[in-house]
Amino acid sequence: MLEKISVKNLKFFYGTNLALKGIDIPFYANKVTAFIGPSGCGKSTLLRVLNRMYDLYPGQHAEGEILFDGRNILNPGEDLNLLRARIGMVFQKPTPFPMTIYDNIAFGLKLYENLSKSELDGRVEDSLKRAALWSEVKDKLGANGLSLSGGQQQRLCIARTVAIKPEVILFDEPCSALDPISTAKIEELIDELKTEYTIAIVTHNMQQAARVSEYTAFMYLGDLVEFDETSKIFTTPTDPRTQDYITGRFG
Amino acid sequence: MASYAARRRNSTFIMGLCLAATGIGVVWLFLILYSLLINGIPGLTLAVFTEMTPPPGEHGGGLLNAIFGSLLMTIIGVGIGAPIGILAGTYLAEYGRHSKITPVIRFINDILLSAPSIIIGLFVYGAVVVPMRSFSAVAGSIALAVIVIPVVVRTTEDMLLLVPNTLREAASALGLPRSFVIRRVAYRAARAGLITGVLLAVARVGGETAPLLFTVLSNQFWSANLLKPMANLPVTINNFINNPDANWKQLAWTGALLITAAVLSLNITARFFGASKDGR
Repeated sequence: MLEKISVKNLKFFYGTNLALKGIDIPFYANKVTAFIGPSGCGKSTLLRVLNRMYDLYPGQHAEGEILFDGRNILNPGEDLNLLRARIGMVFQKPTPFPMTIYDNIAFGLKLYENLSKSELDGRVEDSLKRAALWSEVKDKLGANGLSLSGGQQQRLCIARTVAIKPEVILFDEPCSALDPISTAKIEELIDELKTEYTIAIVTHNMQQAARVSEYTAFMYLGDLVEFDETSKIFTTPTDPRTQDYITGRFG
Repeated sequence: MASYAARRRNSTFIMGLCLAATGIGVVWLFLILYSLLINGIPGLTLAVFTEMTPPPGEHGGGLLNAIFGSLLMTIIGVGIGAPIGILAGTYLAEYGRHSKITPVIRFINDILLSAPSIIIGLFVYGAVVVPMRSFSAVAGSIALAVIVIPVVVRTTEDMLLLVPNTLREAASALGLPRSFVIRRVAYRAARAGLITGVLLAVARVGGETAPLLFTVLSNQFWSANLLKPMANLPVTINNFINNPDANWKQLAWTGALLITAAVLSLNITARFFGASKDGR
């Protein structure tokens, strides 16, 4: 199976505080990899290393290798803007930009591609359809993105990410601020998106990990305790800590 | 129950004190507005807006040259000061947020913010008027700009810091360059606050007298030459109110009323902008 991203002996530091203690994990192309584990175990941190989001803040640094299509993205010369265009991210809280629904999607696109008005319209429509939002907003593309409901805002953020045609999409607890119906929609969407993208999702909801992912990683205190096919992790985990966590004995 | 009653009495008493303190603060504002209206309105004629300042001892005349000068210098001063202030505020809140020099700059800016405006007038007198060998509208505009800068720096920084980091991260996660994130996302999110800051700066310099006294002086006549002394409302009021001439005194009151009305409406507009959720 094709490894889209291979993380090798990754260490991550907040200042001098070691948050990831040497992680090795593959991300297979067109599969969903879920990360579970108690708060503070490093799963969000790992996600934020993959698109080098941590570079926005001083005092944070990573060691080791992250091979993305064979190239180490931790290299100092890496073009972070291009990297982030290829590895998109959807956040815990919906973060629509304070502009119209249309502009929320078009504004990133315009920077990367020289599109005519009609091409741009097409891409906006296509992205909104992929995010299962088109039917709900097609008559009010000029409305402010902030006027949408929480679930719609999150799908708008997904549409925005999809619009610039990334290869990988990182979801950082995308449903934790949403109601069950919106959550179901997002999960359905993730299932559709994996035909075209490689997906990683951090979640606090173990049922969600079991529902949406092919592979699951259990992390604890900055270590990757166990990584395997989701069905195995949830039925016959090998590590007692994984067993304890998924059966609700701690965490 | 006895202690409950005592607490209620206490609460009423303290609330009374707070109300009284508020009343004492507000009453002066209304007294000032009242005396401005009583003394200013009788002189409020069309001539105030169409005629030049009169020579002493004559009847009639207006404040046209002074109104023009004030508007022009305020526009130039804010035109110079606001962009500098916004750029500097952007540095503090965005690029330099984690830099060691940022707290130093912020501290110095706060000192500048509270510096007496007469000191700024003297500084510009030494820096511009003396080398140019002439009082001028340019010098006045620069003095106003120096007052505008710290106000705008402060509000810009504060408003940008209110923009949640999640929004910046979301924009960065799309691969947008830093400058794009700031201009297209952070500015947009903080727009109402940024506009409010500039409006408050306009209101602040609109009535400044001291920095103009040493830099533009004033002018009895119409002048649109930026390199020469120019009439302006605050200095004209200052000159006219101290003169026994009744006509001048009346014009000074009317000018004071005009400035106050302008500053008040600017402040109310700024309030309105700040209160409306996204500035549209």
